[in-house]
Amino acid sequence: MSSYRLSKGGLVDRMAPLSFTFDGRSLQGFAGDTLASALLANGQMLVGRSFKYHRPRGILTAGAAEPNALVTVGRGGRTEPNTRATMQELYAGLEAQSQNRWPSLDFDVGALNGLLSPFLGAGFYYKTFMWPAPLWEKFYEPFIRKAAGLGKASYEADPDSYEKSWAHCDLLVIGAGPTGLAAALTAGRAGARVILVDEGSLPGGSLLFETATIDGEAAADFARDTSAELQSMPNVRMMMRTTAFGWYDGNVFGAVERVQKHVRDPAPHLPVERLWRIVARHALLATGAEERPLVFGGNDRPGVMMASAMRTYLNRYGVAPGQSTAIFTTNDSGYALARDLEAAGVDVVAIIDSRPSAGVGYRGKARVINEAAVCATRGRKAISAIEVRRDSRTEPIVVDALAMAGGFSPIIHLACHRGAKPVWSAEKAAFVAPAGLKGLEVAGGAAATTNLAACLGEGAVRAQAIIKELGLSCPPVALPKVEGDEDTHSARPLWSIPGVKGKAFVDFQNDVHLKDIGLAVREGYSHVELAKRYTTNGMATDQGKLSNVNAIGLIAKARGVSPGEVGTTTFRPFYTPVSFGALTGAHTGHHFQPVRKSPLHDWAKKHGAVFVETGLWYRSSWFPRSGEQNWRESVDREVLNIRKNAGICDVSMLGKIEISGSDAAEFLNRVYCNAFLKLPVGKARYGLMLREDGMIYDDGTTSRLAEDRFFMTTTTAYAAGVMNHLEFCAQALWPDLDVRLASITDQWAQMAIAGPKARQILQKIVDEDISDAAFPFLAAKEVSLFGGALHGCLFRISFSGELAYELAVPAGYGESVADALLEAGKDDGIMPYGVEALSVLRIEKGHVTHNEINGTVVPADLGFGKMVSATKPDFIGKAMLQREGLAAPDRPQLVGVVPLDPKQSFRSGSHILAKGVAATLENDEGYVTSSAYSPHIGSTIGLALVKSGPSRHGEEVVVWNGLRGESTPARLCNPVFFDPQNERLHV
Amino acid sequence: MASLVPCPNCGRRPKEEFTIKGAALKRPAAGADASEWFDYVYLRDNPHGAYEEYWHHTSGCRRWLVLTRDTVTHEVAACRDAADGSRLEERT
Repeated sequence: MSSYRLSKGGLVDRMAPLSFTFDGRSLQGFAGDTLASALLANGQMLVGRSFKYHRPRGILTAGAAEPNALVTVGRGGRTEPNTRATMQELYAGLEAQSQNRWPSLDFDVGALNGLLSPFLGAGFYYKTFMWPAPLWEKFYEPFIRKAAGLGKASYEADPDSYEKSWAHCDLLVIGAGPTGLAAALTAGRAGARVILVDEGSLPGGSLLFETATIDGEAAADFARDTSAELQSMPNVRMMMRTTAFGWYDGNVFGAVERVQKHVRDPAPHLPVERLWRIVARHALLATGAEERPLVFGGNDRPGVMMASAMRTYLNRYGVAPGQSTAIFTTNDSGYALARDLEAAGVDVVAIIDSRPSAGVGYRGKARVINEAAVCATRGRKAISAIEVRRDSRTEPIVVDALAMAGGFSPIIHLACHRGAKPVWSAEKAAFVAPAGLKGLEVAGGAAATTNLAACLGEGAVRAQAIIKELGLSCPPVALPKVEGDEDTHSARPLWSIPGVKGKAFVDFQNDVHLKDIGLAVREGYSHVELAKRYTTNGMATDQGKLSNVNAIGLIAKARGVSPGEVGTTTFRPFYTPVSFGALTGAHTGHHFQPVRKSPLHDWAKKHGAVFVETGLWYRSSWFPRSGEQNWRESVDREVLNIRKNAGICDVSMLGKIEISGSDAAEFLNRVYCNAFLKLPVGKARYGLMLREDGMIYDDGTTSRLAEDRFFMTTTTAYAAGVMNHLEFCAQALWPDLDVRLASITDQWAQMAIAGPKARQILQKIVDEDISDAAFPFLAAKEVSLFGGALHGCLFRISFSGELAYELAVPAGYGESVADALLEAGKDDGIMPYGVEALSVLRIEKGHVTHNEINGTVVPADLGFGKMVSATKPDFIGKAMLQREGLAAPDRPQLVGVVPLDPKQSFRSGSHILAKGVAATLENDEGYVTSSAYSPHIGSTIGLALVKSGPSRHGEEVVVWNGLRGESTPARLCNPVFFDPQNERLHV
Repeated sequence: MASLVPCPNCGRRPKEEFTIKGAALKRPAAGADASEWFDYVYLRDNPHGAYEEYWHHTSGCRRWLVLTRDTVTHEVAACRDAADGSRLEERT
């Protein structure tokens, strides 16, 4: 026989039937069902196969701890593997698939692993796959990877959106069971700002299956009325379907709200999940307790269920576990289940109680067998009988369902997320949260309180104390009267059962059984952390919610110590799995990596630019023209045209920082290694910024626009870093200097106009005289454009080695000014050029970028030794630059490199070797930092950092590229390949 | 790590808005000897307890702050603007 829906009872809406599918089969449930209750109502007791042995598995729990009933829900990009059927609310059209079986759930080839089980015990990986070592990569690892894992993730993109939010409150109550509801009500009535979270869809927790009455009212009605009152309070926020998953520093709690995981078609204007960070002045952990399984043979067979889960399915969902049930209990909770089953017309054939005397007050029909234990179960894909052992005699009893009630373990995970260790209470027979936690209290079942009246009272009283401590007044609390409750205290946990037959599972999800724990202890892995790793007990998605305490009890027994001495493994967030979607929130795609477009982006696009991504920026690489076959043709044309006529290039993405204040010059003098104090107004200067360890950090030009105002440029990549660094210098190192910093990168469109005809073109739009006499090399000033229509900044600086200018105009005018320059230079042959041509021009001139400024070079390494001020009393990096090693003669230093045969080429990153030596680390002389084809030289040229490079010009070497197997004979040379006298700059 | 940082200018803000530089050390005087500079640039204490660090409110007021943090409990005892008030403790 199997489970079925009762004709009446439960909180499901029998007027609202819902269709869903399981492994393609169409089934019916009701609104208010979980997938698990609906499957049971349809008699579907087999729902999955176990991880290692592929044993048939059913539904063990009715909540978050479920280790077995993991299914894949949804399809396409909404596929969600390893969904606990016990937590998934049923909706019309839900599609669920069982996992870890092939070809089908009923007939699973992997079940053959069960026959191999003698070889698959704890540590079998370490023992079996040790030898021969070469088989690891080709055989063992692929084999293990194929066998491992549960559900399969989708490769399709998730179509849904996710959100992150903050919330603040006086009191956060975690868990809306009896304790939490009583606490929230007390604090809410006192006017405190309360947030109440619960992972379920309905508030009430255990009240939803409780048959006791509260003030004469059914428990579920009490829950409904209490939550209605809470919902009416403006100072209380109830968050259902919300799991508090972690406790973090500053009393901040992480929680995930499943906003639309219970609907088939999520509304597009809402996220499917929302990640909360809740800042609580105080928190109350009212998470209740987890019932423990009992470790007997075949305790994993479908039809075996936790007693509290069976009671939940019966009372909350109106689902009976079978026709004839047995209950294996160590405490009085088993009798409450027996009474409820009998009231619903389900036969209870036996109550097997480990204690000598029966539970008090049981008047039912079931046969009570004291001082007995279930030692085995029978059946194939569902339980058909149990074997009961008493006084070393074994008796079979025919059943189709078995409940196990092994006592309760308080759910204290969150209380231990910040380093506190659980403590074993012999009196409570449970691990409890340590006393003295700051900002968090534990109450009710989570504090090992074992009856309903006490939980209600504890919730109210703790809340009262907390809000008084927070300085709020609290009206007196009236405690409700509870009738028909059962105390579930288990004085003596039953760790091991005599006469166990077959596999007795400790950890269902990881297929860890009794013998594995024994083996771990015998082989020396009895420390709880080692036992976990050796046996895998407590790993995977359920993190041992059901298994850990039993494993600890068994280890304690084997070692002859108390469970407290064994201790627990470390509790860490998350309490239950949190989706990557929720953790990512809205930070996906361009919200994660936004696109930065220069003010001249559309201008470049208009002129046909091909763009390249550099960091977040899109930079124009080259501007192809019709007839050009490849990018090199375009770049060569742009390069040659600049050296012959003129070109215009977008350099807006360079970092731009305005530095002002009466000490601005002194400030710059301290952050650059070269002198800036006496830079005249109207002049630009190339500056080198060092790190405090003496290495070059960044470079750029800085211009003095007024006595107390400077315009700094940085490299594109380091714009943000330089700004942070300057702020540090100004605020933390020298707060006494009068200096202010403003990032103005986005405010200015900046363009380079380079080439022998640059001046005559530019003069057409610049009102001031920019002849060489009036505006010489390194001049910098604010200029008037188009007869005073616009103002900008003009700098006579050159990266290309040509007569060149950089013009900055307000960002919004960038495109029209660039177009005006193209128009003005039409007859002079001006063309737009991109960063590829810019790169060729600068390599031809031996100008460095961050290819060369690689964090290991000092100014002298790049030929800037003479720039470093010897007279300034202090600048960033001055002291450490004096170190002897930084002046060593064999340091890698900048040098040029050309192939001996102009037809040959080499790439950046290739290494420099002396001729005729082996390519070994010892023989490495340096590497090529930049390379390009130079149309002027007619071959590839490169810059390289080579040991003693400057003294080796003319030496023949080999450029070696191990990745591509290339060896190119080459010659070291002066790194300035073009116009070494800089004559073209000064025309 | 503190979840919320009490910025003296902006109030309590999420730690994601901040960038941490590391130990808040006093920069040696220009003429200090090499070993003092070496300590400043390379050597760090790893205390069990209170620690002063430079935090930058990068996505907020863009001020550099000196935050006193307990490396064990992660509690933030104090947070002040780096330009304000008391001089940094001299390393001993």
